[in-house]
Amino acid sequence: MTTDVQDGTQALRAGVGDVLLDVRDLRTHFKVMDGLVKAVDGVSFSVRKGGRLALVGESGCGKSVTALSIMRLIETPPGIFAGGEIMFNGRDLLRLSDAEIRKVRGGQIAMIFQEPMTSLNPVLTVGAQLTEAILLHQETDKKGARRIAQKALEDVGVADARRRLDQYPHELSGGMRQRVMIAMALSCNPALIIADEPTTALDVTIQRQILELIKDIQTRTGAALLLITHDLGVVAETVDDVAVMYAGRVVETGSVDEVLLRPRHPYTRGLLESIPSQGKRGKRLSVIKGMVPNPFRMPPGCKFQPRCPYQWDDCGTGEPALISLDESISSRCFLHDPRFRDRLAAYDSPMGDPA
Amino acid sequence: MTQPASSAQPQASPDAGRPLLEIEHLKTYYPIRAGIVRRTVGHVKAVDDVSFQIRKGEVFGLVGESGCGKTTLGRTLLRLEKPTGGEVKMDGRNILAFKGNDLKALRRRIQVIFQDPVGSLNPRMPVSDIIGEGLMAQATPENGWSERKTRDRRTGDFLEVVGLRRDYARRYPHEFSGGQRQRIGIARALALDPEFVFADEPVSALDVSIQSQILNLMSDLREQFNLTYLFVAHNLSVVQYISDRVGVMYLGKLVEVADVADLYAHPRHPYTVALLSAVPDPDPRVRKKRLVLHGDVPSPAKPPTGCRFHTRCWLREQLGNPERCSTEDPAARDMGGGHQVACHFAEQVSRSVAAETIQGVIAPRAQEPNPVVAEA
Repeated sequence: MTTDVQDGTQALRAGVGDVLLDVRDLRTHFKVMDGLVKAVDGVSFSVRKGGRLALVGESGCGKSVTALSIMRLIETPPGIFAGGEIMFNGRDLLRLSDAEIRKVRGGQIAMIFQEPMTSLNPVLTVGAQLTEAILLHQETDKKGARRIAQKALEDVGVADARRRLDQYPHELSGGMRQRVMIAMALSCNPALIIADEPTTALDVTIQRQILELIKDIQTRTGAALLLITHDLGVVAETVDDVAVMYAGRVVETGSVDEVLLRPRHPYTRGLLESIPSQGKRGKRLSVIKGMVPNPFRMPPGCKFQPRCPYQWDDCGTGEPALISLDESISSRCFLHDPRFRDRLAAYDSPMGDPA
Repeated sequence: MTQPASSAQPQASPDAGRPLLEIEHLKTYYPIRAGIVRRTVGHVKAVDDVSFQIRKGEVFGLVGESGCGKTTLGRTLLRLEKPTGGEVKMDGRNILAFKGNDLKALRRRIQVIFQDPVGSLNPRMPVSDIIGEGLMAQATPENGWSERKTRDRRTGDFLEVVGLRRDYARRYPHEFSGGQRQRIGIARALALDPEFVFADEPVSALDVSIQSQILNLMSDLREQFNLTYLFVAHNLSVVQYISDRVGVMYLGKLVEVADVADLYAHPRHPYTVALLSAVPDPDPRVRKKRLVLHGDVPSPAKPPTGCRFHTRCWLREQLGNPERCSTEDPAARDMGGGHQVACHFAEQVSRSVAAETIQGVIAPRAQEPNPVVAEA
């Protein structure tokens, strides 16, 4: 298939035949009054069949826009797909007609949103919303759809599913609503589930229930999972691979163990170091100085350079590519450029344990 | 001058450890009204018979899930909610009974930092007015805060204290990022020279990298101004990092209070055990054996009888559902060393139970052993 081995995303493309979703150099921009916002600017990653990948980053890094681009839920205008492709099952989703993408969306690719209250329709019963998707994507009548809906609710652990079908979203608790959302996503047996911050709005013990449910369902159905989150704890225990995003780019990808235990990009290291934990009691938390760059005034060169404790002159001029380090990890940082080998030694030495 | 003079006691050490606030049997109920005449048909017992002390100079962390009453508790201490019963003593006097000048003086001594840095700053006011408004309200002949000049100087001083530039006073809230707005909220609270600050989820709305900046700032300010914090949050790692002692709330009840290290290493209440076991750990080597609680938090308008946690309690299940749990409300008991627990069977949450249900680590870390792991 592809032969651009220099591209670091090759690492995650191991076993080309198994790849379900392959996002290549995606660029989603927005034309707004003040100018052009390059929300996603060159994002590449891929998810294997049945694989689990997390896109992680802070607000505004472009992780949600990436997810919405895959679902083609970006309004154009103001949105512009300025480049790249999203290969899903061998087809480029960006080139599908509206009718074709509607078949994929909710059918082969399902999405679980962050806020279950706003993503469910408040004036329709749970049953009506569930059967709508089923009737659209499956060959069945109303009665059959209701049966499938009830089964879907039971599968996600909703007690008393038959009665729940006739209830409205406001009658359900937050955790229950999220279960309904998941049931809806699963009702059409998707090959890929995109979960956008599925537990962010939930309490800790409910978050635990939903995380266990998502993991359970993922193994049970064999669907691939693309998880969007800002919580590295959720990443560590839900997925196998992770792509860290910053300022519209993937800055580091690799297996969860590699990225979280031995971060190769200064941003990932900074994020991990700034998480408070018991071991840091009484000590100052390390911080990433400054803030995320203004989208209208992106710094030249590496986008993280103004905040990076390791930066030097070269970082301000050229932008590093995503450099493949070995099979399982790549990092968008000049530290890994063979030209600057001595600097990498300094990066590797001062700190043993990142977390 | 860049350092604002603090009129609070400059040396805190002799007072350290003495109670600043003694909360005794505090209750805050909200009426549930129904029918045409809006008759009261019941109460939401948001805070129900809560007693504990906040010591001078400490950070008291309060954790619990949404609807457990932790915010209502803080707001009641600040006299922003009307208490239904109980007392809160400060210097031996019940502040819940304060009126007039006493109440006004109290409002300067106790301040609040809100969760939402967008909603808590008036978008039509420049920062100088946001901070100056409180000063104006608390102006006395001694502090001279009624003078615009004095107020502006103090506003500028405190903007510098929280790491912002003096001239930001002329700007409006929308010109700042989330982290900067939270800094303004902190400056607004501290400009009044308080002794006690109720921080209501101060970092919950912030990104991780900004969160650590604000936590560092709050730690610095606590030392610089001899502050006592009541730190409310649902993020257990944040609370663990910043608190000296921690209280756990469930459905209006304080179920456990202990020193932070003790609570995280040896939780004695089954709810605390479940809460701690639910937190996702960013270290992929930590593989917890998860304790998943069944069901949702019951409605605070119709809390379960007896122990409020009994409907979801894993320990009760293990013990064969003893009747006592559903009939008798457990009183808080001291388990030694000031570790208070409200559970009939707290002894059963032994080390073995806690270790078995919480942990299971593949490769424990050398430099930073997890106390619970060390226990196992």
